[in-house]
Amino acid sequence: MSMNDKNFKYLTGPFSANNPVIVQILGICSALAVTVQLKPAIVMALSVTVVTAFSNLVMSLLRNGVPSRIRIIIQLVVIAALVILVDQVLKAYVFEISKQLSVYVGLIITNCIVMGRVEAFALANKPWPAFLDGVGNGLGYGLILVIVAFFRELFGSGTLLGYPVIPESWYATEGGWYTNCGLMLFPPMALIIVGCIIWVHRSHNKDLQEK
Amino acid sequence: MSSIRNIVDKIKPTFAKGGKLGFLESTFDAFETFLFVPNTTTRRGAHIRDCNDMKRTMIMVVVALMPALLFGMYNVGYQHFLSQGAAPAFWASFWFGFLKVLPMIVVSYVVGLGIEFGFAQVRGHEVNEGFLVTGLLIPMIMPVDIPLWILGLSTAFAVIFGKEVFGGTGMNVFNPALVARVFAFLAYTPSMSGTKVWIAGLTSGEGVVDGFSGATPLENLVTTGRMGYSTMDAFLGFIPGSVGETSTVAILIGAAILLFTGIASWRTMISVFIGGLAMALVFNVCGSSAYAQIPGWYHLIIGGFAFGAVFMATDPVTSAQTATGQYIVGFLIGVLAVLTRVVNPAYPEGMMLAILFMNAMAPLVDHYVVEASIKRRNKRIKTAK
Repeated sequence: MSMNDKNFKYLTGPFSANNPVIVQILGICSALAVTVQLKPAIVMALSVTVVTAFSNLVMSLLRNGVPSRIRIIIQLVVIAALVILVDQVLKAYVFEISKQLSVYVGLIITNCIVMGRVEAFALANKPWPAFLDGVGNGLGYGLILVIVAFFRELFGSGTLLGYPVIPESWYATEGGWYTNCGLMLFPPMALIIVGCIIWVHRSHNKDLQEK
Repeated sequence: MSSIRNIVDKIKPTFAKGGKLGFLESTFDAFETFLFVPNTTTRRGAHIRDCNDMKRTMIMVVVALMPALLFGMYNVGYQHFLSQGAAPAFWASFWFGFLKVLPMIVVSYVVGLGIEFGFAQVRGHEVNEGFLVTGLLIPMIMPVDIPLWILGLSTAFAVIFGKEVFGGTGMNVFNPALVARVFAFLAYTPSMSGTKVWIAGLTSGEGVVDGFSGATPLENLVTTGRMGYSTMDAFLGFIPGSVGETSTVAILIGAAILLFTGIASWRTMISVFIGGLAMALVFNVCGSSAYAQIPGWYHLIIGGFAFGAVFMATDPVTSAQTATGQYIVGFLIGVLAVLTRVVNPAYPEGMMLAILFMNAMAPLVDHYVVEASIKRRNKRIKTAK
């Protein structure tokens, strides 16, 4: 249970060089769906982090006892149980946001990152590194979600975390000149923002650029 | 002329590779070839069909746009004075419209060319001339009352996401001017639709005559099933609408210039009109609403139909490349535009969406045209044996 260099890399790798969203292009669907506002995006990020971390941990503990023929079904049971747990907790403590996220909490089950990490990492590694890898990937995914949601909420609704940021007097309805960008509320704009993040990220990480 | 040449030659070494301002090479090159025909010749392969380079081609399109633009300026003033209840004098109207439209053109060019020059510098290639046309098209397909910052933002979006991310001029999938319009339309819908935005000064409502409606013929057709303007007015262009699209006559003059110089494809142009007429005919036969029953040629003279058919659908980059493909793509643009207009009340004008949709389909159409041609020839070889 030590945080040596290797373990540290499992945790931080997915933040940038091995990011699940902008490098592996996984979990795009939910990144488009829940990023209209910052608050649900943050809750979603934390939920996915919890699910990836614990599904990795549990599957890593079970890895020697699970026959490879039936591993997928076992993974699904574990992930589904965790997702239901998260869903119930959200409903109990942040009901409003849970309602906003609607089906997307349940759909964490189908998030490619969760099963991808279990398959690719947890089944071949010890529990502690697997847990760190899960946390790292969840946070790497969450990072992109928060960036996208930041831009979408700021320019689409003029608020951040629900608080108005753009001065009221700027708005055209109040005699100013500004109007919120309606396109930011549509999912396609999230895709364009993800594209921009990839653009910036690749131009800083030359080794990721395709030849 | 020769004095300009001398100056250019004199400062050229400063901008050449290794010179003091060498990093501005592509910017300098852009201005030099703008002023003079470049004397470089193609080295490999013989692809030349004409001595024209892209800059001259684009200038020709700009010339073809002039009648529509000048009439658009006049019409902006004309509609404005009409809404004020004043008699629209010719020069006063033109001057008013000129002052309204000029800032739009300036914003579009400054923003768009600024980004183009930036990309050319960073990527180290020449500045491409495609934006000369796009920069003029964008203000012409926007309502006159659009806030300039929205115009600038749409232009920036179109140049970056419509063109530069695909690799610049000649690589774009979608017509950049229409990308600008669709961006503005979806992002700032209230500034791009309704009955207030098409006439200068109607949004603020100052001095507007009681009961004056700024509704375009398309909006009238959706709400009442009648155009609300005489067909002659619609044909000549004395109707509210986006700046450059109202006058079918002016657009037809532009079309004549484009066809005479061989720049635009007559196949696309003609088949857009035929497609629109055909779809309107189908509606005449089996449509139930009043809108569906209007004569087909009404569709051709109102809204952006003619403008789109002449200047947008024929864009050599985004349209089909094969002759048969041009017939198909053009025809479907006409069909889809009229279909959207009549069936979907949320989009009074379907031309923009129809062209963008067929832009995306054009490579597919081309692919199957080429495949069919290969198949036909293979068959001929087999029977000859």
